[in-house]
Amino acid sequence: MIYLTLFYTFFLIGLFTFGGGYAMIPMISEQVTSHGWMELSELQNFIAVSEMTPGPFAINIATFVGSQTGGIFGAVCATLGVILPSIIIIIIVAMILNKFLANKFVKGALFGVRPIVLSLILSTAIVFLFKAVIPYNGGKISTFNIEAFTLFIMLVSLAFIYKCKRKKAMNPIVLLLISGLFGLIIF
Amino acid sequence: MIPLIQKETVEKKHWISEEEIVDIIAIAESTPGPIAVNAATYIGYRVAGVLGSIFATLGLALPSFTIIFVISLFYEQFMQISAVKAIFKGLSIGVIVLIANAFFKLKKSIKLNISTAILFIVLTSYLVANYFLEITIPFFTLILILFGFIFGIVTEVLLKGKKK
Repeated sequence: MIYLTLFYTFFLIGLFTFGGGYAMIPMISEQVTSHGWMELSELQNFIAVSEMTPGPFAINIATFVGSQTGGIFGAVCATLGVILPSIIIIIIVAMILNKFLANKFVKGALFGVRPIVLSLILSTAIVFLFKAVIPYNGGKISTFNIEAFTLFIMLVSLAFIYKCKRKKAMNPIVLLLISGLFGLIIF
Repeated sequence: MIPLIQKETVEKKHWISEEEIVDIIAIAESTPGPIAVNAATYIGYRVAGVLGSIFATLGLALPSFTIIFVISLFYEQFMQISAVKAIFKGLSIGVIVLIANAFFKLKKSIKLNISTAILFIVLTSYLVANYFLEITIPFFTLILILFGFIFGIVTEVLLKGKKK
């Protein structure tokens, strides 16, 4: 049953996301493709929309995936699924406050999960880039997408120059607006 | 969103003290789940118990839910337009830059020692190589997170405890 699957999938995603909304992307992309709910390119569209709309990224993406997979009830299930672990865990932590983060086992576990989260996020970025630039299917690289590669280099340089000049990262929405505009010109 | 939560709950409503909000943000960041959701749940609990936490979280989720649901209704038709398709092709490249950016931001706040650095390099290489290898293991991400817990507990608690 799609609603139950959406609920428990997003429950697991909420339960095992460490480090904020973007750390959720590797797990979401793994789950949506293994369930055959959508292509990675479509998920990337959802990520862009979720980033540009107000509200927490995690809730936006859960609602979007849920709605596209199972309509309004699917959206409700996915969104409740993603927030429920937070509610349960935070209430437990709030009841035993202070002792929780000081516990050496909790500290150790959180220390060990960091390199994993870093690795997942970086490899997701690289794999998404590969998918856009060198689509690989049936065991061979089909084409080299020079337009996508050029756009990527342009955006990275732009974000880098901005960061060096202004001493802070470019607003994600501004970056997406620029990339959308370039997309309209190039593709 | 965190500065907004801080302003609203500490400065305007005086629900939470200046010191406590710092603790709450630290806990929201180190517990699983979206940081804003965790913070809202915690503040709701502190102000009005379990029901407070549920209402605070639902309140946080409702505007997002409504906006995204409305967008998703028009998404399919919208994607038929070729100009929109081109814009989204551009956006998907922008998304890659944002994910890479999230990595560098997180990397700044995390200090790796030699064992976690090796783990990071080996795992990243494997995950990237897997794009070509195409090995799919169900719930692999979840297995990796659990492995991280065990790895951290073994190297940080059990092995260090023995040395002393």
